[in-house]
Amino acid sequence: MKLDDDDFTLFGLPERHALDRAKVDARWRQLQAEVHPDRFAGDGAAAQRIAMQWAVRVNEAYQRLKDPLRRAAYLCERRGAAIQAHDNTAMPAAFLMQQMQWREALEEAADAAAVAGLEAEVVAAERTMLADVARLLDEAGDAPAAAAQVRALMFLNRFRQDIGRRLDTLDPTHIR
Amino acid sequence: MALLQISEPGQAPDPHQRRVAVGIDLGTTHSLVAALRHGVAECLPDEKGRVLLPSAVRYLAGGRRQIGFDALDAMAGDAENTVVSVKRFMGRRLADLQGLDKLPYRFVDQPGMVALATRAGPKTPVEVSAEILAALRQRAEDSFDAELFGAVITVPAYFDDAQRQATKDAAQLAGLNVLRLISEPTAAAVAYGLDNASEGLYAVYDLGGGTFDISLLRLTKGVFEVVATGGDAALGGDDIDHALSDWALAACGAMAADAQDKRAALVAARTTKEALSSADAADWSATIGGRERRVPVRRSQLEALARPWVDRTLAAVRKVLRDGQVSRDEVRGVVMVGGSTRMPLVRTSVGELFGREVLTNVDPDQVVAIGAAIQANALAGNARDGELLLLDVIALSLGLETMGGLVERVIERNTTIPVAKAQEFTTFKDGQTAMAIHVVQGERDLVGECRSLARFELRGIPPMVAGAARIRVTFQVDADGLLSVSAREQTSGVEAAVTVKPSYGLADEQIAQMLKDGFTHAEDDMAARSLREARVEAERMVLATRAALAIDGGLLSAEERAAVEALARETERIGAGTDAHAIEAAVAALAEGTEAFAAARMNQGIRQALAGRRVEDI
Repeated sequence: MKLDDDDFTLFGLPERHALDRAKVDARWRQLQAEVHPDRFAGDGAAAQRIAMQWAVRVNEAYQRLKDPLRRAAYLCERRGAAIQAHDNTAMPAAFLMQQMQWREALEEAADAAAVAGLEAEVVAAERTMLADVARLLDEAGDAPAAAAQVRALMFLNRFRQDIGRRLDTLDPTHIR
Repeated sequence: MALLQISEPGQAPDPHQRRVAVGIDLGTTHSLVAALRHGVAECLPDEKGRVLLPSAVRYLAGGRRQIGFDALDAMAGDAENTVVSVKRFMGRRLADLQGLDKLPYRFVDQPGMVALATRAGPKTPVEVSAEILAALRQRAEDSFDAELFGAVITVPAYFDDAQRQATKDAAQLAGLNVLRLISEPTAAAVAYGLDNASEGLYAVYDLGGGTFDISLLRLTKGVFEVVATGGDAALGGDDIDHALSDWALAACGAMAADAQDKRAALVAARTTKEALSSADAADWSATIGGRERRVPVRRSQLEALARPWVDRTLAAVRKVLRDGQVSRDEVRGVVMVGGSTRMPLVRTSVGELFGREVLTNVDPDQVVAIGAAIQANALAGNARDGELLLLDVIALSLGLETMGGLVERVIERNTTIPVAKAQEFTTFKDGQTAMAIHVVQGERDLVGECRSLARFELRGIPPMVAGAARIRVTFQVDADGLLSVSAREQTSGVEAAVTVKPSYGLADEQIAQMLKDGFTHAEDDMAARSLREARVEAERMVLATRAALAIDGGLLSAEERAAVEALARETERIGAGTDAHAIEAAVAALAEGTEAFAAARMNQGIRQALAGRRVEDI
């Protein structure tokens, strides 16, 4: 087991998008229980430093594996289809149209109920697209197509944060 | 992996002696120290049997000080020189603080952190806190008649980097070896978790004197994971005292003209508030402007005054539920922490929000210190194998200033620590040879609305066309939640790196100077002290190394093993001498010589974990 092993190897999980979140969590706790600096509190500076490196590495892998979108991006990159979110903003026209409609709807939404309705719609769209990403990666083996979907999902993710902020100002007591 | 319990007989003086490690709750209103005695974590009392130490320091003439109850007793008569609730000022500049006109202090604006003018000169919150910590350290050493191995100190989960750093500096100044800073709600959950063997998702509602924290924690088989945290570092029972004090003064038509009046009105408000937790009516009475004043207060009136503050806590609770993407039904229990949760209004309001009775069976004043003591005991190597592991998150996002005063987040809040993350930036002008790096903490998009932690410049970038340089900025947050940042230019092969400590923290030299100035123990000889510390560290390293050899010596070849053993013997030999520098050098050599061994052991541990050694536990 090495620090530069990939996330899946480190966690001893199959390299695929469909993962059991409970299993990811359990592996993470198990690994941290081994490597966390607190486990070496009395062992001096060298052991502390190594434990810190490992704990950082395990947390890094965990952050990527537990989030379906980041996991998808990671898989795309490992299969040669880098996301390059900053350089590559090409989107299908239909998706851009949908985005614009949603953005307008958010601007025009008058109350918390309208915003919450929009949020539900976006969450449902995200779920459908993620399922598609999983299919493209795990079954079709089409990483470039999956990468395009991941880029679109990143847009949606940002949009949903805007929705959340709007909800916070409209109705601070709202709980999902 | 309790390595420290195993050592070869006769190798160290009484290796099985328990290390005394304490948990300290450094609170806004009061502080406590707790430790395990006869296997039970309990708060240590002072000579009069009181466990609470009021977080109050009074500066007297001639360099003398009063701490705790003595300071509190004298407070009404000497408000200016009696510092209370100093935790609110930790790691803060004057510009950060609000409502100062209500306080009896003269503030000194100085770079880094505000100070308070006293008759003993300006005192930073770090120095004041160190007095409180030193008093607790003394209490613990008297209780056990032994030196302390170390301490776990609790901080609000919402504390930012500057505040954590300030807390650690204060502990160092008080001569404490900090084993770990942990968040208060985590400590509270530790206290409850071990008592009740509970598993699942818990909320910890902590309303103390000056801070409010709400945390969601998941407890699973000895692992405590912070799912999300929120709160307000400037909201607490003190606010309710102020509201009641203002109201009572208005009701009797009195004016609090000076510091003494203000203090007397506040003290009376606190007493009245506490009485109203059990009684339906109580009198507020204080001497204002030389006249005795008395105002009857009903509980309903106090609750009307407290309602806005309680509602603010409830809004923060809802926000944390949203952040953690958790519904209130998933929360299996709500732990109440902090003296202010004794107010019936708080208990019923929080209970209604979660739709369940709140947990109050551990004393809300003591629960944090008790949890910290349990963790301290585990970190000192006294607990049984793998009993307890705290996995914490950072409470506030960390980022950098980019063009136009915007914040680029590098580490998002609620990320599990320790964590390291790097981001690449580039130059925007041809031939640019330097880059200013401004590190901020907070959730807002504009730099001006976030907390500025540090600024530094990366110099010596070779001249290149705009956009060609690749500057990698790395953020690292350690398990205490403390940040270090470094920057490095990649393309040229020329390395220019700098590591910063947030500008609020005291530089190590400053701390050394303050210690030298006889801050806490004027009689304590610095040289003797550093020798003692070096010896303890040497002993600890030798013990740990031998224990590791006993367990995993098989990972080394005969020659490697002999080399490690020789280093350990050498450290032991020099450790028996009186040259502190030589001992430190020997410890460093031993650390370096065992680095490969430590790495091999770590790899083995992970292989074992992955081999499903504990599959049945998953």
